[in-house]
Amino acid sequence: MGRTSRIPLPLLAAISLVLVTTALAFVFFVAPDDANQGFSQRIFYFHVSIAITAYACFAGGAWNALLHLWKRDPNADLRSYVCVHQGLIFGTLVLLTGSIWAKISWGHWWLWSEDQLVLFLVLYLFYCAYFMLRFSVDPGPQRANLSAVYALFGVVLIPVSFAAIRLAKNLIHPVVFTLHGPNFGGWILVTYCIAQTALLALAYTLYRLELGGKRLDVRLRRLREVLA
Amino acid sequence: MSYVRDVGALARKDLLLELRARDTLPAMLLFVAAVFVVFHFALPGTPSRLETTGLLWVAILFTALLGLGRAFVPEREQRTLDGLVLAPCDRSAIWLAKSLATLAFLAAAEVVALPLYALFFHSVAGATVLAVVLADLGICGVGTFLGAMAVATRARDLLLPLLFLPLAVPIVVGAVGASVVASPGRYLGFLGLYDLLFAVVCWASFEYVVAE
Repeated sequence: MGRTSRIPLPLLAAISLVLVTTALAFVFFVAPDDANQGFSQRIFYFHVSIAITAYACFAGGAWNALLHLWKRDPNADLRSYVCVHQGLIFGTLVLLTGSIWAKISWGHWWLWSEDQLVLFLVLYLFYCAYFMLRFSVDPGPQRANLSAVYALFGVVLIPVSFAAIRLAKNLIHPVVFTLHGPNFGGWILVTYCIAQTALLALAYTLYRLELGGKRLDVRLRRLREVLA
Repeated sequence: MSYVRDVGALARKDLLLELRARDTLPAMLLFVAAVFVVFHFALPGTPSRLETTGLLWVAILFTALLGLGRAFVPEREQRTLDGLVLAPCDRSAIWLAKSLATLAFLAAAEVVALPLYALFFHSVAGATVLAVVLADLGICGVGTFLGAMAVATRARDLLLPLLFLPLAVPIVVGAVGASVVASPGRYLGFLGLYDLLFAVVCWASFEYVVAE
């Protein structure tokens, strides 16, 4: 348990509450309106932050999967699963916010020309299959191994799919947002950074919460087995 | 050198089994022919080359899935997987041999499927054949790996398409791209890269899949 339990959960929850509130305030009252898209462009701060957070969760899942396979860390399997689960929750939000943004900006709920959305759809299907796989194996070392190997496949799939989706577009559509664009500075950057930090803190809080619950489940089951 | 010998022996075992039982290959051939007929009626009128190329790749992918689903099921049913795992060879040799055997089945099915496609729809370009070769490597490598995973679960081969199709999206992108554009170099390179990358990952992690 050690390292992950350093900050107490209530404090962590309070920090993420403050951060998320600050982010909301900045997004709605401080960040300027976009020259082209106006008020609706503000969803960008959440959409992009959520997407990065989801990637961070998947990366955390893969890292713990690696720890499981490599160091035989007994807690890594559960940590990996919880990371992937959080990633899937944030992935759902990416698809939803992306869809809303596409509807407002381009008038369609779904656009195949949006790299990030298509990539997330592929990843979403991939990680849904992770759950199918995990829950059709009985708990034990076999399940931990299979889940870990599949989670590792995920981090290989992310760059490969991204390259593939770029290839599939034949470079017709330009990249909409780059961090080096002329419009990305000042309050926009500050607001984005706050929103990003807030969502990462929120994801970490949820991760700790779920992990704590799952560990309690495991302990309870062990106690029941001892009593039975 | 003994690694190559192990792989050869294991692959020969699968090919020999198929030659005697004739389970998989006739099913794949029949399936791909039936799929083409279904496609003809699913696309009313005269479909363009662009449309039929996409369908060719759908047919190849699903035919491959049919073969991949069968790859590990007999091993599990006849309890020979435990024997293979206990055999004094590197466990990745099991994956490599199985992939080669599946590749042989898929290639045999395509030797019939591609002329059939040319007969029913449009002629097949040289780049498409190259793309088929490169895509087959990826499909069989990744698919065999996932087949071994799926067979270890309660859901058995039901799980394989769910695990495999998201991972096959890049293959489809590369293969369809190579089949339809004028200069397919970039797409073929991408397919090669995919094969290489996933071959390394599968090779390195297969022992965890079969470890009991």
